[in-house]
Parts: sequence; structure tokens; C-alpha cells
Amino acid sequence: MRAWPPAGTLMADELLIATGLVVSYGKSRRSLFARTQRLGVPVLHGVSLEVRKGETIGIVGESGSGKTTLGRTLIGLVKPAAGSVCFDGVDITALDEHKMRPLRPRMQMIFQDPMSSLNPRHTIGRILTQPMRLHGLANDYASARGRAHDILERVGLASSTMDCYSHELSGGQRQRVGIARAVVLRPSFVIADEIVSGLDVSTQAQVLRLLKELTSEMHLALVFISHDLSVIRSICDRVVVMQSGTIVEQGPCEQVFAAPRADYTRMLLDAIPLPILDPDWLSRGPTAENVGMN
Amino acid sequence: MIAARLVIDALTAVSVRDGNRFILRNVSLKVAIGEVHGIVGESGAGKSTIAKAILGIIPSQVKLTGGRIDFEGLDLLSLSSTALRAVLGRDIALIAQDPSTALNPARRIEAQLTDGLRLKRGLSASEARLRAGALLEEVQIRDPMRVLHSYPHQLSGGMRQRVLIAAAFALQPKLVIADEPTTALDVTVQKQILKLIRSLQERHGTSVLFVSHDLGVVAKICDHVSVLYMGKVMEQATTAELLTAPRHPYTQALLRANPRYDAPETGLQPIPPGLIAALRAEIAAFDARMAARGYPDG
Amino acid sequence: MVEVSATRRQGSDTQATRPTTHRPPSIAARLLADRKVVVAGCFLLLLIVAALGAPLIAPHDPLDQNLMLATLPPVGFADAEPGYLLGTDDLGRDVLSRLIFGTRVSLTVAFIAAGLAALLGSWLGLLAGFFGEGIDSLISRLVDVWMAFPPVLLSILLVAVLGTGLHSVIAAIVVIDWTRFCRVVRTETMAQARMDYVVAARALGFSRFAVLFREILPNVMPVLIALITLEMGIAVVVEAILSFVGLSVSSDTPTWGGMIAEGRQSIHQAWWVLAAPLLALFATVVAFNQLGDGLARSLDPVLRR
Repeated sequence: MRAWPPAGTLMADELLIATGLVVSYGKSRRSLFARTQRLGVPVLHGVSLEVRKGETIGIVGESGSGKTTLGRTLIGLVKPAAGSVCFDGVDITALDEHKMRPLRPRMQMIFQDPMSSLNPRHTIGRILTQPMRLHGLANDYASARGRAHDILERVGLASSTMDCYSHELSGGQRQRVGIARAVVLRPSFVIADEIVSGLDVSTQAQVLRLLKELTSEMHLALVFISHDLSVIRSICDRVVVMQSGTIVEQGPCEQVFAAPRADYTRMLLDAIPLPILDPDWLSRGPTAENVGMN
Repeated sequence: MIAARLVIDALTAVSVRDGNRFILRNVSLKVAIGEVHGIVGESGAGKSTIAKAILGIIPSQVKLTGGRIDFEGLDLLSLSSTALRAVLGRDIALIAQDPSTALNPARRIEAQLTDGLRLKRGLSASEARLRAGALLEEVQIRDPMRVLHSYPHQLSGGMRQRVLIAAAFALQPKLVIADEPTTALDVTVQKQILKLIRSLQERHGTSVLFVSHDLGVVAKICDHVSVLYMGKVMEQATTAELLTAPRHPYTQALLRANPRYDAPETGLQPIPPGLIAALRAEIAAFDARMAARGYPDG
Repeated sequence: MVEVSATRRQGSDTQATRPTTHRPPSIAARLLADRKVVVAGCFLLLLIVAALGAPLIAPHDPLDQNLMLATLPPVGFADAEPGYLLGTDDLGRDVLSRLIFGTRVSLTVAFIAAGLAALLGSWLGLLAGFFGEGIDSLISRLVDVWMAFPPVLLSILLVAVLGTGLHSVIAAIVVIDWTRFCRVVRTETMAQARMDYVVAARALGFSRFAVLFREILPNVMPVLIALITLEMGIAVVVEAILSFVGLSVSSDTPTWGGMIAEGRQSIHQAWWVLAAPLLALFATVVAFNQLGDGLARSLDPVLRR
């Protein structure tokens, strides 16, 4: 067990340190007649992670791995039952909503389904300018709109998009708006939760490319959550492999992909169908019998 | 000359709601006996429309305006609905995409599996139950009696898909249409399901029409592939040819855009706008030719 | 735990056939394209005009009795008098004028009662749906208990306490129907609160009340508006029932329900006295329902696409 440095004694380039995160869903019920407590469903079992400034980390896992919950816990949207998240020296798990607010512009999130993550009744312009006004990053409406225009241009959208509603845009365009919203407050840390999963391969490539450019331009630390190891390989420096609420392996991408140590990582890699000729692929790897019922 | 089980010839369809915009443009393909033929394309390319056309379930706003679908000598498009229903279920089966909605949540698995057996083969309830149990064993479900007795929500996603596959192969059809059967599954479960489909297909000599947006999946399970763009077949080849020496620029661009964990620079190259423009010009030329011939109203 | 990854595939950008940002018809355009909605809307507009301008529009004084001209049939039948388009009742009062003045009562109740019920119910529904847990159990329990009271008895009780009159009719409707709004708004709020745009707003630092009013409420409005129009139809019927049994305004003021009660007695001699208000009531409720349906239809696709 590595000894984590206590909060406040950060190494120069570490931005976020998560220690021993335990998260459960559902309320713990204390029945009048039962002797023991019935706990909620545990999702994260003591996860520890560190993110350095400007680095891109991929978190990979299948359904039930807890990767989405981990992402939301890292930016303080979910309170852990145990453990802490230390962002730039501040333990955010101990903060209430009011104290969190000034930190919020520095840690943002991009969501999987842009249809539900953009308010259908708001114009894109409003979606982008409101956060700026809230945090005092723009003195008036005009300068907020100006900045929104700039951001839209940067993510490759026409300025006419400002007056559109989300249902008027294509999937790729909506996802770009999601990215724009996440970076408009100039955060230092962004979580991207399965943001390319529903996109066609070409649009996915565009979005990934944009994200890679933005993270290096703005020196963003990016946590990229995905079930697709190939996508993670294309933009991440480090990879964290999760299964059933724990981290089974982590390390630099070249290392993990070239020589995976955990069985689960090997199984994941083996299961990915690459568009290359490989006649033995189907007969390789674990069969249903030794994988277990599912 | 390998005999074909399914021949689609110059299939054309329009969307009535969208001003008669073409959805399928002269699609032709052949599925040989015992072969897995993949249709790959991005969303909206028309892949599902082809599958639905074969099954006779195209939505009302889509109209087929030309072509034939030839199944063992029968033109499926010209059959009456009664005749078509006789063919379906017996000779043609479907594996749907989403296992959570393809099964009726209010009925036990046994009821849903034995429906077809009792209706089409006239088996009694107990005979059908035995056969259903055997089918579940064939799809590698270890406790078939328990699963038969369960409701869909009591099973995992992978199990439900196995049940659907069992249902598809229940009547030993000659052709199975798999419409994105693994898209909603985790990648490890996907591999098991693909293995299963392939082994069942080989064992029974069934032909499979495999629809997917994922080139990687198609590469692993299909013998032949048709690449679809905006309803038009851009390239048709054996899987080996397609992967090692793709001829059409669209196929090449798709392969480049696909991320591969063994090649870090892939996955960041979208299809170049120049290529898209060229493809659209090709499509526009096709539409103009059809309009000149009086399609689709002609 | 769901093992199926719920990924909805977005449309392809490379194959997009529409120009990449396309504007579907606005809500107003969609509404106007629906013929039933237009007809219903015009009819209701007519009623509003009639209610507002009753003294100017009605050909006669609705209370003016003239026994010489009693039970005249509507124009077009034998023995009709021009000037009394829908005939007269057994006290010689002009049916059309009474009908027009009756719209005042009906529409007043419709708008005020539906509005207040909506206000009370939605507020509680929003709180229950958004904050959940304790507040939700409290409000839901309240609604359950409240709905257990028989509505007819409750209204009679209210009238007994408050006395007859428009205020007690409105109070009765509000007191009984606010629960309908509460339940619907609660469900819709819960559905919206699960959406990622709410999480995004929280991640951006908006306070919970800001999220509730700026993000969620606009998305609950369509359902609410559709429900209000339906409630207006219900309110009109309830008022008619209460005035039918004489528990509404005093018998001086003409109301449709009162006219139906009076018409019932002279149904053999003067069927038009019963038919006119009945038809008016029917048409009004249908119009409100059509408007409500049309609103629900045209506002919905914006959200659920």
C-alpha cells in the first residue's frame, strides 16, 4: 500500500489525489428489528488515483466497473462514504455545496449523451454564457457572448450555432457544444465520460482530435472514461483498468498495452475485435465455461 | 458457382416523409449457403432498412421502389403477407439488437421460446419445453431449466442475448438476420456471443446476414462484406480482401478512422471532407440518373 | 446492475442529408398547422370575446322577463321571433343572451380555478420531485390522504362553510384538483432531474434552486400547460354541475348549468332551452381538450427527439 502524501504537501505537478474512495448507492437502512445495518449497493471499493497537471488518463472498464461513479466522485458530484479527494491541496469531500462553488469552474465534465446533457429549452448561447455570468468571468452579456463565440469557433462550430437549440444539431455538433461548455470556464481538470461512445467512427475521430488539441493547448488534465481500449490508446498517456469497483491495473499506456499484468486486462484486450485479418481470434481466449455465467 | 441462399438485386427505397429521398440506392448482394455476409456502414446508411425489407417490416414512411429479394427462388417482395409469414420464423429468423426490449418482460422465457416451436412445428407443451431446454444448452447456458422458468429481467444482458439467439435458431432456419446483435453488450460478452453465433452457424449450415456499424466486429465473423454509404454499396469483397487491400477510398478512410490499440495514431483521422464531397457527388449523380428515368414515381 | 451499455447512437455527420444545422418548424408554426387546434383556439377566443364584451354583444338583457314572448322557438322554426335567435325560455328571457352572459361565469371559473390549482399543485410537485426523500414522502403522503376524501362531499362541505357563490366553486375545484397537478408535475420533475443537463448545471456550480427554476421548470412547462388547458375544461363542467344543483352563483346570474336545470323542466315544451347550454358546454370542453392535446403534441417533440 503506497503511502499517500497528506493533503497540503503536494508534489509540484500533482493536481488531484484520490485516496481510498468507497461509494455506495442507495441508502443504508437501519431496521428497527434487525440487528445489523443493511448497506446500500457498494460501487467503489477503496479506489486511489492521482492525476498530474496536463496529463490524460484513461479509465477503462465494462458495465458495473464503477468508472462513471469514480468520475463523478472525482469532481465532487458524488460524496464518498469513505476516502478523500484532494484537488490542488483542498479536500473537496469535506466541503459543502457553498464552499465548493468557487472551485467548480476549475473542474468540469463532458457527458456521454449530449441530447440529455444540453437543456433542450435553452439556446446554445445561453448554455455557454450562463456559467460565465454565474462565476463572474464575464462583466456583461456582450462580453460573455463574445467569449462564447470564440469557444464555438475553436471547437469548429459556426457562430450561428449560438441561437440554435440542441435538437437542431447533429450528434457530433452536440458533443462539441458539450466540450465547449466544459472548457469555457477555463478549468484545469476535465472528466470526459464516454463522450464518443454513441458516435460514428469518423465523428469520433474528429471529437478525439479536438479533445487532444484542446488539452494540450489549455494544459488540461483530462480523465477520459471509456469502455473502449482502442479509443483510450489513441489519446491517453496513462490507463487505469477497473473491474467491479476496484482498480486492477494502471500504468503508462505503452507499458500496459504491450505487457498487461492483470488477467482482466489481458481478457479485455483480447476481446477487442480489431479490423485486421486474424482468423484465430474467435477460437482464442476464455470461453463461457471458464469465464463464468453471464 | 456457389449457390446463393439470398440474392438482393437492385433494391431501391425512398423515404416518403422526406420528399422521396432515397434510402437505398440499387443495393445488390448475395449471401451464399452457409456463409456469413456482413453489411457495414455508419448510422443512417440504410443497413437496418435492408434487414427490415427482407423481413417485411419496413416502416410505413419508407417505400420500396425497385429491385428483388430472392430467397431460394421466392421473391419475398411479391409474397402475400400470409405467405411471407410462413417463410419467416421457419426459414428466416432475426436476432435483434437490444436484448432488453426484444423479450417480452411480462412472459417467462419458456413461453417465449416455445411460441415458435408450438406454432410452426406443432409440438406439444412438454415436447416444446424439452426442445427449448436443449436449445439453451446449445447456446451454452448451464442451467436451462432455471432460465426457462425466469423472466427476462432476472437474466443478465449476455444471457438474454443468448436466449434470443436460441430463439432465432430454434426452428433451424436457413437464413438468420443479425441486426447489430452485439452493439449493446460489453466487449467481453460480445466476443462470447460472436463465437456462439459463428459456431451455431457452422454447425447448422445457416447463412447469416450480419448488420453492424463496427468494422472490427464484421472483420471477425464475416466471410464477405458489403460496405454501405448513404444507401449505396461502395465496395463488396471477401473479408480478407477488404482488410488487406481495400479498393474504395471510403473503405480505406473507414479503416484509417477506426482506432486500434496496437496502433496509437489511428482513431484520430476522420474521413476527409474532400472524400465526403466526392462521395456525395457520386450519390447526387445517381439520384439524377434515377430522376431522369422517372424514379421513384415512374 | 445493468450489463448492457446503454449507448444511443447519434446520427452520422458524414451522411447528413440536411444542412448541418437545420431548424425544424417552431412551436407556433406546428400549432397553427394542426387544424383541430386552430378551430379549438378560435372557438375559445370567441368565448373570451363573448365573456368580455357580453353587455355589448348580447342582443337582450339576460334577466329581462317578458311573459308575452315566453317559450319562443329558435329562428328557423315556426312561431319564431327575429331578434331571439335561440328562442326564449318559459319566463321570456332570451336564450342567446343568457348563453353569452353564462360564458362569463364559466370562463372566470375555468381560468381562475385551473390557474390556482396549477399554482398550488405544481409548486408542491416541483419540490417533491426535485428534492425527493423526506420532502417527497411528506408531500406524496399528503396527496394520497387528500385524494382519499370523496370529492363531491368535499365540495358540498366547502359550499356549506363558505356559502354559495363563485368563490366557493373556485375553492372547491382548487381544493380537489391541485393533487392532479402535484402528481403529474412531480413525475415530470423526477424524470427531468435524472437528466445529465441537471448534473451539468450542478457541476457548473449552480445552486439547487437555480437548477430547479432555470433548468428543470422550463422542461416541465409543456406538460403543465397541456394539463392546465385540460383542467379548464374540467372546471367548466364542475361549475355547470354545481350551478345545476344550485350551489353556484345566485340564480340571478345566468349560468350554463342553471340553464340546463331550468331547461330540464320545460324539456317538452321548449327543448331549445336545454339544448343550447348543453351544446355550448360540450363544445367548450371539447375545445379545451383539443387545445390541450395539440399543445402536448407540438411541445413534446422538441424534448423527446
